[in-house]
Amino acid sequence: MATLLTPGTLAPEFRLPVTPDQKLGLNELRGKPVILAFYPADWSPVCGDQMALYNEILPEFRKYGAELLGISVDGAWCHEAFAKERNIHFPLLADFEPKGAVARAFGAYREEDGMAERALFVIDKDGTIRWSYCSPIAVNPGADGILDALEALPK
Amino acid sequence: MTTLKVSVGADDHVKGDENAPCTLVEYGDYECPHCARAVPIVKRLEKHFGKRLRLVFRHFPLSQLHPHAESAAETAEFAAAGGKFWEMHDLLFDNQDRLGMALYEELVEELNLSGSEWSKALESKVYLPHVRDDFAGGVRSGVNGTPTFFINGKRNNGPFDYEYLAQAIDDALRAHTG
Repeated sequence: MATLLTPGTLAPEFRLPVTPDQKLGLNELRGKPVILAFYPADWSPVCGDQMALYNEILPEFRKYGAELLGISVDGAWCHEAFAKERNIHFPLLADFEPKGAVARAFGAYREEDGMAERALFVIDKDGTIRWSYCSPIAVNPGADGILDALEALPK
Repeated sequence: MTTLKVSVGADDHVKGDENAPCTLVEYGDYECPHCARAVPIVKRLEKHFGKRLRLVFRHFPLSQLHPHAESAAETAEFAAAGGKFWEMHDLLFDNQDRLGMALYEELVEELNLSGSEWSKALESKVYLPHVRDDFAGGVRSGVNGTPTFFINGKRNNGPFDYEYLAQAIDDALRAHTG
């Protein structure tokens, strides 16, 4: 398993495609807590796979004013089809070219598979990582850890 | 370790002996095909463990994915108020491919419940808070999809086939007596 950046570290800046013709930078979200959810791939077969679950829990995250970003090495067109099919209401970022560069910067890349880990980060409004968690690749980590971390952020 | 944050209480749908040494809590969604597949597995566990196992079902509708999941859960809650939760639970899963108002109406009648009270209940969303509370408690407990099982409060991270769950329940029973 990769070694994630730890709490207290300033989150590395990045700018990734969020649609085929739009990019989103982490610094554009300064002032709000950000949840970064790295995951291996779109189109997981299980009901309520991680992204579908977060989609459902979005209102809970928003209660903390937090923005949720999903990130995988899938391309923007793939994300677009996935988000459309699953009704996903939050941005999915394409860490596609150079492949996995952002996952690497966060210590969340699986060299052996060429995909991101199932890794979660909660970043505070000033851009500092406050919580990180790497789940075994086959285990969907759920959202309890994220909610606890948001709860613990200074108001 | 991910554990159940909301203990089994008066609002829960419980089947089996109150003093059973093992409790299996399932978070499920009536429109999820994996949950439908889990129904006969849970029945087999129930039969095998008898008085040693108590079952609890809580709602975890993934409404963005499954447009009928929430109304099905509300209908199950309506049936629960008439003492027929488990009957409705089984019927909804048995008829998963037909979920929708027409089916609910049919099932309400089949269970000798009042159709007009049912439609009033769904219109006024009187059972929705219960469904949403189940969901919120599930999120807090680390429910990560459906079905998610908790065995004596501990989340099952393995597959939900019969052998795996039976083994996990055996382990819990052993820990209980040991």
